[in-house]
Amino acid sequence: MFEPSDAILQARHLCKQFPVAKGKTLTAVRDANLDVYYGKTLGIVGESGCGKSTLARMIAHMEPPTSGEIILNGENIVYLQGEALRQHRQHMQMVFQDPLASFHPKMKIIDILTEPLMNFGRLVRGGREQKARELLEMVGLPDSMLYRYPHSMSGGQRQRIGIARALSLEPEILICDEATSALDVSIQDTIISLLVKLQREKGISILFICHDIALIQAFAHQIAVMYLGHIVEVLPGESVAKGALHPYTQALVGALFSVHMNPAVKLQSIEGEAPSPLELPVGCPFQNRCPHCMEQCKQELPELIQYAPGHFAACHYTANGGKPV
Amino acid sequence: MLKIQDLTIQYGTQPPVVSGFQLSMKKGEIVSIVGESGSGKTTVIRAVLGALPGAGHIAGGDILFHGQSLRDKTPEDWRKIRGSQISMIFQDCGGTLNPIRKIGSQFVEYLRTHKPSGKKEAWQKACDLLHKMRLPDSQNIMNSYPHQLSGGMRQRVGIAMAMAFNPALLLADEPTSALDVTTQAQIVREMLALRDTFGTSIIIVTYNLGVAAYMADQLVVMQHGKAVDYGTRDAVINHPTSDYTKGLLRAVPELEGKRFV
Repeated sequence: MFEPSDAILQARHLCKQFPVAKGKTLTAVRDANLDVYYGKTLGIVGESGCGKSTLARMIAHMEPPTSGEIILNGENIVYLQGEALRQHRQHMQMVFQDPLASFHPKMKIIDILTEPLMNFGRLVRGGREQKARELLEMVGLPDSMLYRYPHSMSGGQRQRIGIARALSLEPEILICDEATSALDVSIQDTIISLLVKLQREKGISILFICHDIALIQAFAHQIAVMYLGHIVEVLPGESVAKGALHPYTQALVGALFSVHMNPAVKLQSIEGEAPSPLELPVGCPFQNRCPHCMEQCKQELPELIQYAPGHFAACHYTANGGKPV
Repeated sequence: MLKIQDLTIQYGTQPPVVSGFQLSMKKGEIVSIVGESGSGKTTVIRAVLGALPGAGHIAGGDILFHGQSLRDKTPEDWRKIRGSQISMIFQDCGGTLNPIRKIGSQFVEYLRTHKPSGKKEAWQKACDLLHKMRLPDSQNIMNSYPHQLSGGMRQRVGIAMAMAFNPALLLADEPTSALDVTTQAQIVREMLALRDTFGTSIIIVTYNLGVAAYMADQLVVMQHGKAVDYGTRDAVINHPTSDYTKGLLRAVPELEGKRFV
């Protein structure tokens, strides 16, 4: 499954730096390499400020990378401009965290759903109602919504509209940035089921950004864990619970609360907070919080090494077989 | 210690948002109230603090704190109760601080308002409290503005302020919802330590079932203003009676739980 030939999108050495006051630079993403596979879900997980949204925005062509390449179907899309870029946007669509903020408040649902197709001349005026009905049916909403406004819908319904709008252009890649984070858990559950069902039917590739590792491991084929702008581990979704190799991924898993956990068991978590992305440490980004930090970690930045098919980790300690040097 | 009997809360003349809510807790107990947005969970604890917003009022039932009814307290009485006997921490404690004043000056003012003391004395006490919340370099934090601290640090400052007078009851409204998972685990640990050290009773309101279940002695599940499940953690998690709780438990993503693909 994780063969290079199955990759629809490849990110190579992506970097993003933002200039900030006093001549400093903020490194949001450093040397990110990712593969998105045909019809599969890649989850990106990490804590706030780790660069996961910036990475997604670069891939969605909403933010130009400082350096690096993004290859879609064998073509580098970083330098696309003008009409070529506009046409390219049909291949990748995005679903946002707050659907209300991403809709025009004075547009009716029918207009919201058909605007993308109208923009690309793929729909005639007369066909709008028919198409909008099909889209509503696809996401499991009743026809009666057609002439409603977004403010009169619930959060879960709005997110379904967001998904329907993104899929109206039949993109190859769907990018979801915290698409379920603002929803209640029961609604979240139905939205994820819907995404998985649509993925099966249409063979879409999904890039799903999320801070909740428990949620994402339940439906992502592959998960990239980010810390301080670095991808520290890439692993298959089903390996998260037992097979995480990087100490940070293990800490994320250890900090999860489960309804069935034994309260007598002490929490396995790490102390401290992530350092500022304004001054990246030399060596491993996780060094100051890592229980296994060694001298080598303070000097050399570890690279992603493959441990199993589709399973990579960037850690000196792991590379040394889980023993200090 | 705290007893809530048949509590009904209305905003103006609208239908009640909370009705028939019951709760009884002992010293040193932790009660978790879980529910989805709009279930009335925050309204309940705001009523306990006598801080219902706008036209909200208790339409029926009673809240007994140490055997005394909290319903007819005057604003003067409330000033004595809040902060020293019942205190509250919020989802974003940083948001309750004045953004253009340093932490130190606000903390000292808070301490001196409740209990007259010298400025130096209050400053020292504030530093000690911050230190107890495992905030390194408390002097530096006292001299910082709220925006200079991270979310987790601000939350610790908020808890330190709430714990200043060793209240008997701590109300926590989504205290970890805005935090990252590793920080959330740290804050949960701090709150459990408070209970173990000071015997503080805690009511925590959250939508995170995992956190609620981990901390709770008693667990209340709310839906549409009613408690649909109420009992010990074990009873609610392993033998839920309502369909709503069963559905909620199924919907929570778990490691090694249900997989969609």
